[in-house]
Amino acid sequence: MKKMTGEIKKDRGMLEIDEAECKGCGLCIEACPPKVIAMGERLNRYGYRTAIYAGAGCTGCGICFMACPEPGAITVLRLSSPGGVAAARTLGGATRCASN
Amino acid sequence: MSSSPVADYTVVHAKSRSFYDRYERKTELQHQTHFCPGCGHGIVHKMIAAAIDELGVQDRTILVGPVGCSVFTYYYFDVGNVQAAHGRAPAVATAVSRSLPGSVVISYQGDGDLCAIGSAEILHAANRGENIAVIFVNNAIYSMTGGQAAPTTLLGQKSTTTPLGRKAATEGYPLHVSELLATLQAPVYIERVGLGDNKQIAQTARAIRRALENQARGLGFSLVEVLSPCPTIWEMSPVEAQHWVRETMEKTFPLGVFRDQTKERLAAPKPEPAPSPALDELPRILGVADADLPEGNAHALDAGQTIDLQVRIAGFGGQGVLLLGEVLAEAGLDAGLEVSWLPSYGPEMRSGTSNCHVRLAREAIDSPLVSAPNVLVAMNEPSLRKFDQSVRRGGWVIFDGEEFPADCRREGVHVLALPFTELANGTGDKRAANMVMLGAVLELAGVLPEASIAAALRRLIRNPRWVELDERAIVLGRQLFQRALA
Ligand SMILES: Cc1ncc(C[n+]2csc(CCOP(=O)(O)OP(=O)(O)O)c2C)c(N)n1
Repeated sequence: MKKMTGEIKKDRGMLEIDEAECKGCGLCIEACPPKVIAMGERLNRYGYRTAIYAGAGCTGCGICFMACPEPGAITVLRLSSPGGVAAARTLGGATRCASN
Repeated sequence: MSSSPVADYTVVHAKSRSFYDRYERKTELQHQTHFCPGCGHGIVHKMIAAAIDELGVQDRTILVGPVGCSVFTYYYFDVGNVQAAHGRAPAVATAVSRSLPGSVVISYQGDGDLCAIGSAEILHAANRGENIAVIFVNNAIYSMTGGQAAPTTLLGQKSTTTPLGRKAATEGYPLHVSELLATLQAPVYIERVGLGDNKQIAQTARAIRRALENQARGLGFSLVEVLSPCPTIWEMSPVEAQHWVRETMEKTFPLGVFRDQTKERLAAPKPEPAPSPALDELPRILGVADADLPEGNAHALDAGQTIDLQVRIAGFGGQGVLLLGEVLAEAGLDAGLEVSWLPSYGPEMRSGTSNCHVRLAREAIDSPLVSAPNVLVAMNEPSLRKFDQSVRRGGWVIFDGEEFPADCRREGVHVLALPFTELANGTGDKRAANMVMLGAVLELAGVLPEASIAAALRRLIRNPRWVELDERAIVLGRQLFQRALA
């Protein structure tokens, strides 16, 4: 993440990729609209190259999460609205509390 | 899921609560599914889990898992789980859904499972409009077993059983399950979706959620067919496989809603089925109720003495072989024992040979088969010759005939051979020979109280005149056995 200064706006979203769960299929890289996920060079403990977040540019859309076959390999976060917790829409069309 | 350690950001998509934290199938790698990289099953699993979370139905969801690559649903989903035999998930789901009204029942199936071996089950579950959501993962192949053709394999698609590509002339055409089932009247909602790109993935999540929501509302049968990549068997990279879904599979299997009766069903819900009758009403419905009949399990024996009576009763059809066994078993039930009665006869209603296996024990009975009886009741010579070798040492043969064939005698096996049919004449009716022989068995077994036998006779034999005759016949049989011992 970029360091916060007065002029740089925070990204709307952020990603955490669990490299122990990722099997390196690359579907999230294909799915990501702003193209902020890449295949890492390093092998994880199990011998997979894994997806890595570029560190900036995530919009928090959640499409990578839905395209990923592993239950917990990807976690998507979104910038909270100033008033508190952001309401987010999942791809399934349902509203769910962003704080769960 | 707790909020992120990163200030100002909150988690919006994370592992579903409906998944277990760790999967106990293996001792290591417990955070990973067993699916290959890029497998569509994993994606569909996540959508089902997300829908369960969103609908808040985790504690009333029962997932019926299939045979196929997705056989391990019960290791992943923290819901009620049942694993069905190949193709039988809709039948199992039917039973679960009917016996637990108000539950959200999901039948998860592959294309080999659902439309090859299980084609009958899915058709009839859909036609009955069962309250189940079927999630049908169509990857056009049998993946788990290594890539044999499925009914959904595309024309020209190579598989281990169609190495030159599927040909319509020999293997028929790809089966369009959604279109077929949409011709039925009962289903509420049938849609085919895909995992070929972001838009399709989003639509798949919506369709799966709708199917589950229909269950939560009790609307009836819903099926979502998901065109799903199998990179491993298709021998493609995960991304190539995704493209193949969109560019090739979809041409054979067009996406879309094939049936949607949601609005109509919401307006006019399915009538509730009549509640099943209570257990104690069954005798009346089946016409076996009789206020005068004694209660079952009325004369329970004292615990203590071990009982393991294994009786084979054999004769010609019409001699009352099966009834003899039934009275014995029914009396055992009345005495609070474990019992089994297994008839074995040919297609003839009369004549032909017939025999039955009866077991009475204190302990639970493992098998109703009596292959080594401790009592053989043989009502004629052919039956004797058929079974005499099977009697255990220390056991008894009770034979209807004056002469016991010398070559059937065996060391260590007791014999009571009497002309039971002739002797039954003494009761007034030769046909009571079976009950005379039963009397001998009861006397030799010596475990069943008289009251249990009387209760069994009254329960099984409706005509009081016959009950009275049979009671006399049993007394005669007891006396004959006593006299023989003396
Ligand atoms: C009664 C029975 N017959 C055959 C099999 C072998 N078998 C295991 S999985 C499978 C095919 C599954 O294919 P599909 O339903 O398409 O699921 P996929 O593995 O592709 O996800 C077969 C035939 C079995 N387990 N049980």
